[in-house]
Amino acid sequence: MNLPRVIPVLLLRGRGLYKTIKFKDPVYVGDPMNTVRLFNEKEANEIVVLDIGATVENRGPNFEFLEDLASECFMPFAYGGGITTVDQIKRLFFLGAEKAVINAAAFDQPGLIEDAARQFGSQSIVASIDVKKKMLGGYDVFTHNGTKGRGRKPTELARELENRGVGEILINTIDRDGTMSGYDLDLIGDVAAAVSVPVVACGGASGPSDFRAAINAGAAAVSAGAYFVFQGKHRAVLISYPSEDELNSIFTPEE
Amino acid sequence: MIAIVDIGIGNLGAIKNMLRKVGAQAEITDSAEAIKAADKIVLPGVGAFDHGMGALAASGLMDTLNEQVLNAGKPILGICLGAQMLGRRSEEGSLPGLGWIDMDVVRFPRDAGIKIPHMGWNTVAPTMPGGRIHPLFAGGEDTPRFYFVHSFHFECDRPEDVTATCVYGKSFAAAVARGNIWGVQFHPEKSHRFGAALLRSFAEHA
Repeated sequence: MNLPRVIPVLLLRGRGLYKTIKFKDPVYVGDPMNTVRLFNEKEANEIVVLDIGATVENRGPNFEFLEDLASECFMPFAYGGGITTVDQIKRLFFLGAEKAVINAAAFDQPGLIEDAARQFGSQSIVASIDVKKKMLGGYDVFTHNGTKGRGRKPTELARELENRGVGEILINTIDRDGTMSGYDLDLIGDVAAAVSVPVVACGGASGPSDFRAAINAGAAAVSAGAYFVFQGKHRAVLISYPSEDELNSIFTPEE
Repeated sequence: MIAIVDIGIGNLGAIKNMLRKVGAQAEITDSAEAIKAADKIVLPGVGAFDHGMGALAASGLMDTLNEQVLNAGKPILGICLGAQMLGRRSEEGSLPGLGWIDMDVVRFPRDAGIKIPHMGWNTVAPTMPGGRIHPLFAGGEDTPRFYFVHSFHFECDRPEDVTATCVYGKSFAAAVARGNIWGVQFHPEKSHRFGAALLRSFAEHA
């Protein structure tokens, strides 16, 4: 049986993991190695690690650190943050990651996605699109941790990136990040309808009912941050992940 | 020692990490000498078929691999594209494959109501004709789960070359074997305990 993927998204800053709210106010949630080991034990479907310091600090991936992390990662491992060249992507795949997540470089490095998709295959190139609602309606796309508006419609950008070669799109709603107030299902539905590559819902998940809703809206997979690292209304740090039986019951309609 | 063949097209580090985790000695190599000296070979690969076959030709390792696998009978495990390359040809490209297993690689039908690529976890039935279990799956569970990413799948001439099947829209061959030549469509190196059991079986029983 092929179930939708349920993917923890972990935010790296320096050598720690943090969780943001609306891309701000990072709270320390733990040691990355330890956290990845916990998700291994819980047999997470896949893991996404985003270095939220890289692009804004104008630096590339921290390869030595990622090599250590990948050596503990016995599930599919996607990395994003500060990727600007094909050589960096090659190095990531050599050290044990299988997906490169491209965000700002989709705008600032013309040709990168095309070259990388040709060399490594579309399945290994993921575009993450960070989206904020505009005051007067509609959406805009942002990069640089939500600080740099790009004046693009998410659906049009998603279609363009698919044509350029990305094999998957992670759509993240900045206004809902860390809030656990549910995904923006309209946005997810619109983007999923605009492209034929898998769309991964991100931003706002509070649990299984949100996962189910995102899949029903058209997402191929779902991701979350806060839901997997916090517990209870005081947001105590506790790593959790649904069991295989729980995943089955989330996505299998009741008879 | 298991030689993980580096022709620049795979998630090599991940395979080495998992082999190491199950206690096998493995090294990533692009050297013919190292492949000759190894007990076993892993042929990884992700991406497009012609890119993979082109990279293999450019590596200058084709003769060594043919010699080691076909003449010396050294066990080899192809993973994902590396497994597809064991066949004669692929609908994805125009270059010939290694031709070691009598199979073609064909595209999933576009109109079957399934998303392509087949990306994610799926259960696999490791049952061969007559109910036999291939040694690659002997150390694992009855219905293991593995991580897949592919748009094309094996189509074998001989049913007895199929060592495991999977269902995605339809039933397809998820693993193949002919003598010392084994191939899996999924990624055991990224499939938790299920993949660990499979690679341990390769390391210990191939």
